[in-house]
Amino acid sequence: MMKFRFRRQGADPQREKLKQELFAFNKTVEHGFPNQPSALAFDPELRIMAIGTRSGAVKIYGAPGVEFTGLHRDAATVTQMHFLPGQGRLLTLLDDSSLHLWEIVHHNGCAHLEEALSFQLPSRPGFDGASTPSSLTRVTVVLLLAAGDIAALGTEGGSIYFLDVTTLALLERQTLSPDEILRSVPDDYRCGKALGPVESLQGHLRDPTKILIGYSRGLLVIWNQAAQCVDHVFLGNQQLESLCWGRNSGTIISSHSDGSYAIWPMNTGSSPTLQPSVATVPYGPFPCKAINKILWRNCESGGHFIIFSGGMPRASYGDRHCVSVLRAETLVTLDFTSRIIDFFTVHSTRPEDEFDDPQALAVLLEEELVVLDLQTPGWPSVPAPYLAPLHSSAITCSAHVANVPAKLWARIVSAGEQQSPQPISSASNWPITGGRNLAQEPSQRGLLLTGHEDGTVRFWDASGVALRPLYKLSTAGLFQTDCEHADSLAQAAEDDWPPFRKVGCFDPYSDDPRLGVQKVALCKYTAQMVVAGTAGQVLVLELNDVPTEQAVSVASVDLLQDREGFTWKGHERLSPRAGPLPWPAGFQPRVLVQCLPPAAVTAVTLHAEWSLVAFGTSHGFGLFDYQRKSPVLARCTLHPNDSLAMEGPLSRVKSLKKSLRQSFRRIRKSRVSGKKRIANANSKLQEANAQLAEQACPHDIEMTPVQRRIEPRSADDSLSGVVRCLYFADTFLRDAHHGPTMWAGTNSGSVFAYALEVPAAVAGGEKRPERAVEAVLGKEVQLMHRAPVVAIAVLDGRGRPLPEPYEASRDLAQAPDMQGGHAVLIASEEQFKVFTLPKVSAKTKFKLTAHEGCRVRKVALATFASVACEDYAETCLACLTNLGDVHVFSVPGLRPQVHYSCIRKEDISGIASCVFTRHGQGFYLISPSEFERFSLSARNITEPLCSLDISWPRDATRARVQESPKLSQANGNPSIILAPQNCDRSPDLTHKGADTPEPPEATLSPMSIDSATSADTTLDTTGDVTVEDVKDFLGSSEESERNLRNLTEDEAHTCTILIK
Amino acid sequence: MNRGHRHGAGSGCLGTMEVKSKFGAEFRRFSLERSKPGRFEEFYGLLQHVHKIPNVDVLVGYADVHGDLLPINNDDNYHKAVSTANPLLRIFIQKKEEADYSAFGTDTLIKKKNVLTNVLRPDNHRKKPHIVISMPQDFRPVSSIIDVDILPETHRRVRLYKYGTEKPLGFYIRDGSSVRVTPHGLEKVPGIFISRLVPGGLAQSTGLLAVNDEVLEVNGIEVSGKSLDQVTDMMIANSRNLIITVRPANQRNNVVRNSRASGSSGQSTDNSLLGCPQPMEPSFEPEDEDSDEDDVVIEDNGVPQQIPKAVPEAESLESLTQIELSFESGQNGLIPSRGLSLAPTAGGTDSEFETRAPDQKLLEEDGTIITL
Repeated sequence: MMKFRFRRQGADPQREKLKQELFAFNKTVEHGFPNQPSALAFDPELRIMAIGTRSGAVKIYGAPGVEFTGLHRDAATVTQMHFLPGQGRLLTLLDDSSLHLWEIVHHNGCAHLEEALSFQLPSRPGFDGASTPSSLTRVTVVLLLAAGDIAALGTEGGSIYFLDVTTLALLERQTLSPDEILRSVPDDYRCGKALGPVESLQGHLRDPTKILIGYSRGLLVIWNQAAQCVDHVFLGNQQLESLCWGRNSGTIISSHSDGSYAIWPMNTGSSPTLQPSVATVPYGPFPCKAINKILWRNCESGGHFIIFSGGMPRASYGDRHCVSVLRAETLVTLDFTSRIIDFFTVHSTRPEDEFDDPQALAVLLEEELVVLDLQTPGWPSVPAPYLAPLHSSAITCSAHVANVPAKLWARIVSAGEQQSPQPISSASNWPITGGRNLAQEPSQRGLLLTGHEDGTVRFWDASGVALRPLYKLSTAGLFQTDCEHADSLAQAAEDDWPPFRKVGCFDPYSDDPRLGVQKVALCKYTAQMVVAGTAGQVLVLELNDVPTEQAVSVASVDLLQDREGFTWKGHERLSPRAGPLPWPAGFQPRVLVQCLPPAAVTAVTLHAEWSLVAFGTSHGFGLFDYQRKSPVLARCTLHPNDSLAMEGPLSRVKSLKKSLRQSFRRIRKSRVSGKKRIANANSKLQEANAQLAEQACPHDIEMTPVQRRIEPRSADDSLSGVVRCLYFADTFLRDAHHGPTMWAGTNSGSVFAYALEVPAAVAGGEKRPERAVEAVLGKEVQLMHRAPVVAIAVLDGRGRPLPEPYEASRDLAQAPDMQGGHAVLIASEEQFKVFTLPKVSAKTKFKLTAHEGCRVRKVALATFASVACEDYAETCLACLTNLGDVHVFSVPGLRPQVHYSCIRKEDISGIASCVFTRHGQGFYLISPSEFERFSLSARNITEPLCSLDISWPRDATRARVQESPKLSQANGNPSIILAPQNCDRSPDLTHKGADTPEPPEATLSPMSIDSATSADTTLDTTGDVTVEDVKDFLGSSEESERNLRNLTEDEAHTCTILIK
Repeated sequence: MNRGHRHGAGSGCLGTMEVKSKFGAEFRRFSLERSKPGRFEEFYGLLQHVHKIPNVDVLVGYADVHGDLLPINNDDNYHKAVSTANPLLRIFIQKKEEADYSAFGTDTLIKKKNVLTNVLRPDNHRKKPHIVISMPQDFRPVSSIIDVDILPETHRRVRLYKYGTEKPLGFYIRDGSSVRVTPHGLEKVPGIFISRLVPGGLAQSTGLLAVNDEVLEVNGIEVSGKSLDQVTDMMIANSRNLIITVRPANQRNNVVRNSRASGSSGQSTDNSLLGCPQPMEPSFEPEDEDSDEDDVVIEDNGVPQQIPKAVPEAESLESLTQIELSFESGQNGLIPSRGLSLAPTAGGTDSEFETRAPDQKLLEEDGTIITL
């Protein structure tokens, strides 16, 4: 109680104001590739692209830096998206049959994406639950007509509805039912069968009145919207997958479920076309999978492109994800590593042009976006300036380097350019260029390093909104792995046909899990870095601008230090390749240190000035002098009772054994129960006993509620020896003279501090003399609460963290106060504490866990600049807890400043992946492929600032929104009239569907009139849905019964009712 | 005097008493005047002298008529030992650092090693050493009920002193729901409950906590709205000095405040008793307040060395305790903001903070709630 009063004292208004100028929490941008994409759209006029996801997110991308993000209220899958060309508006269809209209609007000169309207499609009423087949109106395809004012919705029932896009209101009496189409079809084709769902709707570029309709059964119809009549009928009999209309109306191409495509000639005669002019199975003759989507694009230079997905021979390549590009005799089968979602071509869409002339093909895959340049011979892929698949191999660690010097930046970029196989020119060919990036050129360069499972480290430009890949470092080449032969064999065995071409970089399969990168550290002044991995490998690398061939010196450090009684049961260490190895320009390895036992490296740090690298595993830590290539120190941190640490990652074997045993038991049990019928009473009893005995144990566990043991941590808890953090500092450890020190913190709350004897560099010389470095244990601190030590940092006499090596000596940071008065900040999972130096005694502390019940997961010291005052900044401690909250504490006072909830506490991988920057920002993974960027600083915010030239009267929709309630209540929201009669749920759904809830009385009058007319109306003016409704009310209609049969599969939609 | 004793050794006359003193493997025999045994301090000095261990702290024990090893550490038990010695007084001397406290007590000399006890309850056997019988400064509180005066009678604030003992706290907590009176009437709200007590654990041995007691606060912080995991973390973070406010499932044993005639308010009681000598208090105060602050710092002179705590033997634990204590006493003055994060359960005001410990003491002496 008392401490609350104490804390409240800190709340003086001046400080509060200052806090507002320093801290603000924003989630600013999502980097990487959207997780689980489900839909793709492209606006050829604005040259922007939209991607929808299964979680209901909508992302729009234009030129690099131009990004818009929106999220549907309901986390439903976005199944289709359509841009209203040139208007900056996007129509989305979700799998709950709701349509949403999104608008890019400008506020204060910056564009934002906002949801303008939504519309719940009228669907089957749920009034007699079980017996009624669900929705008649699941939308299968959407087509925008007449410059985007009207949308045609093809449904599973075969009807086509028309919708006024600007108000999202159904245009009544325009609904086109399959019956109407069937009247134009010869009787022998009809033969009593339904047409099936509408599979494709295509508009004609030059003649907007014509719609090409394709039904699942194979029938193709050209419908004249103006004349409301059927222009032409193609009597296809093969189950239809997709359609494309040739630009000059001469041809229609259709793709089918048997892997064939057909080209239909357009002759204007009134008689139905019976046969296509060409029908071919491109990957025949053996059975093939369906061609899901096909495009036909003609070119000025003659010929045309046929681009289609799928259609692969079922038996031999049925599992491949392929897009085939065919032009004249050239066929390329693009072989992707993940499922194809959708694709489009960037081509001319002006009606007056004679040719499509496709420039590029963009393929959206489950895990990446691939763009091919169709105008350059060979169709090379264009490197994407954003949407990089971060997870091309799973991310195992990440680190952020702020304020990268321009020199190093240029060297990394040039190393990356040498590495990338594409000519630089194609970078300019990126076809999606819409919008203008208004963000200022970033004031400083930020580098995000991600370590991956396959042993690579990727360098990303994290300075701005678009996370751009810069360079990829692979460490796998240094080691011998067993997978190499298999790879080359597999490639040799592959046939020439189909002409596969591997495209894309998503490759989730790691050659060897031991290669996985665990920790990364980079010295930005010397371009030296250290990469540490799963098998205890610690690799020191240096940036070199030219390729070399050199041998890497290898050393091993035994961290067990003759500790007896332990046997390592984990993986072997990696065996390095002998002899000189060729290294491309970029980071080239100099020294490899291998820890023994080869457990995963848990902490690493580098001090380039002293040429020292420190590394820790679950067994201990070591210090290595990479200039002299000699180990300095090894220290075992294992507790004698800790057996778990020794077993290594393969201790899972036990549980595997256990689960095997259990599954055997289950099999046995099921066998026993199978015999039950013939068993006599005696064996039944035995059986029952056996089952009882088997169940007794798990049963007990289930019965007891979840409970937690309350016990202080003890020294012999498992994994207490894991080294959690390592730190180098020039500070006071032993006496009044400062000098190099190394600090190590373990999982059990121990901190070891070593005084280092590093021979001083000769004045002017970069390298220090060749004398051995010595390490002397100076202090051991055992935190009494024994919580794992998360971070250690030394504060100078002014309470500021010490600068990085070389930072001060190169005048890039203020020199630290070395007059004494240093303090060490030790952050454990439970509390933060500042101790004086050299005599280690507690100065200030904050017991976070005792106060808040949360544990520290990540901490970082960050500089927060004020928005009000140009040169005022504070150094604070940012901390992420296991509950996903971010707290900020003052340093060295350790007073809580602000806290925000940032990550869901269930999102363990998100919390584990969080990395803070030096200037109060942070990143965490929101999916395997996306980093969310957040900002704690009020001043340092990286968010998309962009504008888009939109050519539509912006007030139009607003005005219509005002009017729309009437319309929406008459159309989109009719179920309200039925609410009293049927289910209780409909009022809720009503509100979801409508933009503005309105009183029921208002709806009642027009509706009841409408429903009365629909009951006895003719089929010409009402859709089948209405008919079905009538059937349900009146219980008699042949037509509706027939429609009903088509739709029995769909059971998902039971909510609202359409009555007209 | 010494000479005189030696001279009289073996005479066996009625006025003198034969003393056989054993220290390590060495015996010394001398005699004492039965009628004038002198003070314990003199006897202690004598023993140090005859064994030639003048500066070694030792524990003195004797074998009584029943064969039990009993300690001699004050005048009273010294006189008792002298008066019961017949005819020989057998003295056993142990160095304080290596003292085996379990040797003391009933039947200890007859059944030197109770094998069964050792096998069945090794912890129990081990934890004993820290209690030196009859030395008040070596007593330590195990638990107490505090703040009785400021809490509703239905609540109980229990303090568990985990410090320095090997006994586990020994309880488990679970999620549950309890009924609360709210402005909207009775409402079922989620709560945290004690789900299990480990037999022989600190929680059970105090008798102050029971299964199904609802946990309301942990070290002054309300647990409502916190998840089971959060409360677990809070308790573990405070485990060295855990103060739990519970609503006992059994409400029949509540402290009835009115029974105390004077000073139903804690403040006045404190004042009235402030003058009482509290010999134990000073040595416990620092640990009570901030026992988890005793991070051990070992200055090292270059020789790599294991953390003492990691060695499980009783000996090193003992020495560690000393390190901690000395460290603590050195550091107390350097912690500027003690009141800020400490003593969360103390009453409302600063002055109460100062006087709270005596208050506790008072309650213990009052007999309502003493547990040692």
